[in-house]
Amino acid sequence: MNAHGTVHKYGDNVDTDVIIPARYLNTASHQELAHHCMEDIDKEFVHKVKPGDIIVANKNFGCGSSREHAPIAIKASGISCVIASTFARIFYRNSINIGLAILECDEAAKDIQDGDEVKVDFDTGVIENVTTGKQYQAQPFPPFIQNIVAKGGLLNSIEK
Amino acid sequence: MGMTMTQKILAAHAGLDHVEAGQLIEAKLDVVLGNDITSPVAINEFEKCGASSVFSKDRIALVMDHFTPNKDIKAAEQCRQVRNFADQYDIKNFFDVGQMGIEHALLPEQGVVGPGDCIIGADSHTCTYGALGAFSTGVGSTDMACGMITGTAWFKVPSAIKVELVGKLNKFVSGKDVILHLIGKIGVDGALYRSLEFTGEGVASLSMDDRLCIANMAIEGGAKNGIFPVDDVTLAYCKGRFQREPKIYAADEDAVYDEVITIDLSALRPTVAFPHLPENTKTVDEIGEKEIKIDQVVIGSCTNGRLEDLKAAAEILQGKKVAKHVRCIIIPGTQSIYLEAVRRGWVETFIEAGAIFSTPTCGPCLGGHMGILGKGEKAVSTTNRNFVGRMGHIDSEIYLASPAVAAASALTGYITDPTK
Repeated sequence: MNAHGTVHKYGDNVDTDVIIPARYLNTASHQELAHHCMEDIDKEFVHKVKPGDIIVANKNFGCGSSREHAPIAIKASGISCVIASTFARIFYRNSINIGLAILECDEAAKDIQDGDEVKVDFDTGVIENVTTGKQYQAQPFPPFIQNIVAKGGLLNSIEK
Repeated sequence: MGMTMTQKILAAHAGLDHVEAGQLIEAKLDVVLGNDITSPVAINEFEKCGASSVFSKDRIALVMDHFTPNKDIKAAEQCRQVRNFADQYDIKNFFDVGQMGIEHALLPEQGVVGPGDCIIGADSHTCTYGALGAFSTGVGSTDMACGMITGTAWFKVPSAIKVELVGKLNKFVSGKDVILHLIGKIGVDGALYRSLEFTGEGVASLSMDDRLCIANMAIEGGAKNGIFPVDDVTLAYCKGRFQREPKIYAADEDAVYDEVITIDLSALRPTVAFPHLPENTKTVDEIGEKEIKIDQVVIGSCTNGRLEDLKAAAEILQGKKVAKHVRCIIIPGTQSIYLEAVRRGWVETFIEAGAIFSTPTCGPCLGGHMGILGKGEKAVSTTNRNFVGRMGHIDSEIYLASPAVAAASALTGYITDPTK
């Protein structure tokens, strides 16, 4: 599995209230949520995002509320991967559970700039900044998590 | 190597003698929780994957609290979906308008959760129940759906920070000041992926309402859970309300902690978190008398909508008037707290002071309804998050504080020290 796209860069502590404000939580429609993705931190995001693009941010991305609407909005907006120094734990879990690829890599998160072109190989955890030519090594998912992602999310991986 | 209190509860629910930090386990759940915002997403997933039964109709709690009484048609449709699901699967702990309260005030009060439980909830403040000596953590809707089907969840066993409490709180200083002080010290990701285990001789002097407030905001330090030891205060609280037998777990003597933080409760002062992060704390002594002019006060939420919180507000507002330019909104956590506030005459106090008193709802805390802020407006709020736009316009500001600070500020119209 790979990702390749243009980077949208953000700072520390991007919380789920700015990713998808609560005023839009009266719907569970993925497309409607995507329409308001990042609205309170970057009004232009929905106009500039292209399928396959990548979000890069610094520490504690996705902190705050447990709303799964946040990774859903990001995934439905076309983002293929989020790279951050660290993720808030509920957001981390939710992303895996809905099949949004995420990687923790402090060095890449700090170096990569807005507008850079980046490639990610999820099997090896290698992140390549095509714009600068620099490579970074992130920890790939452990087999336990790979199984959930490979089956397309948590609910496909359980016996009912 | 010994285990922390959290690790012991997780080991027991995973059927293991021993677990250690970093280990991936599958644990049995005692309670699975959702609300009117997160449950619809979970029910969609539940139905999409073809599930046709729940693991237990007694151990699922569905609480309609965020956008209720229904704030608009879409909110009404979301509640209707959850109501139909609760009917279809005969969910015992379904709380609709009339019985409902703010979930994390309601479930301890109703005895749905208690000591020794392993609980997940599709709401980040599910960590509140750690106050009762349970392992309880917030998850998303997919985990909730999976939990409703299987009665299990996977966890990475957390390491812990030990928070040693000594001394006693002074008057007008409460659990809210303890947790704001701690978050100010460690930062909003200071306990990321880890447990906050509260311990020490200072615990005994903390009321259950203080402990619930402290555990509630563990997530604001990034923690997976916050947890208190089970003592006489806990058991007295659970008596006559907890629907099952309490199970008492204690950390091993030789439990290993990542770090130990000591807090002298007697040295704490009323504390305020400035915009836009709960870690931006100052004590009231560091804030000028007329430095921050406010437009609104909110007293309520899963953090501070309990009886002691309303009592603190009533004592300060008694016989006084809210400043003319301030809208003071007081929201009880549950119907029984509401009723008790009526019986004790506090509602009269609030209304005579010029405040409003509403039915239980999460409402303004997350910018849902019942008190949205306009551009440039400032609020002192007893809620838990002061992120950009959390309570309304992205150019509004939220100052997090205790009910005492909020009530004192409502009277003057500026952030005010309640001890003066």
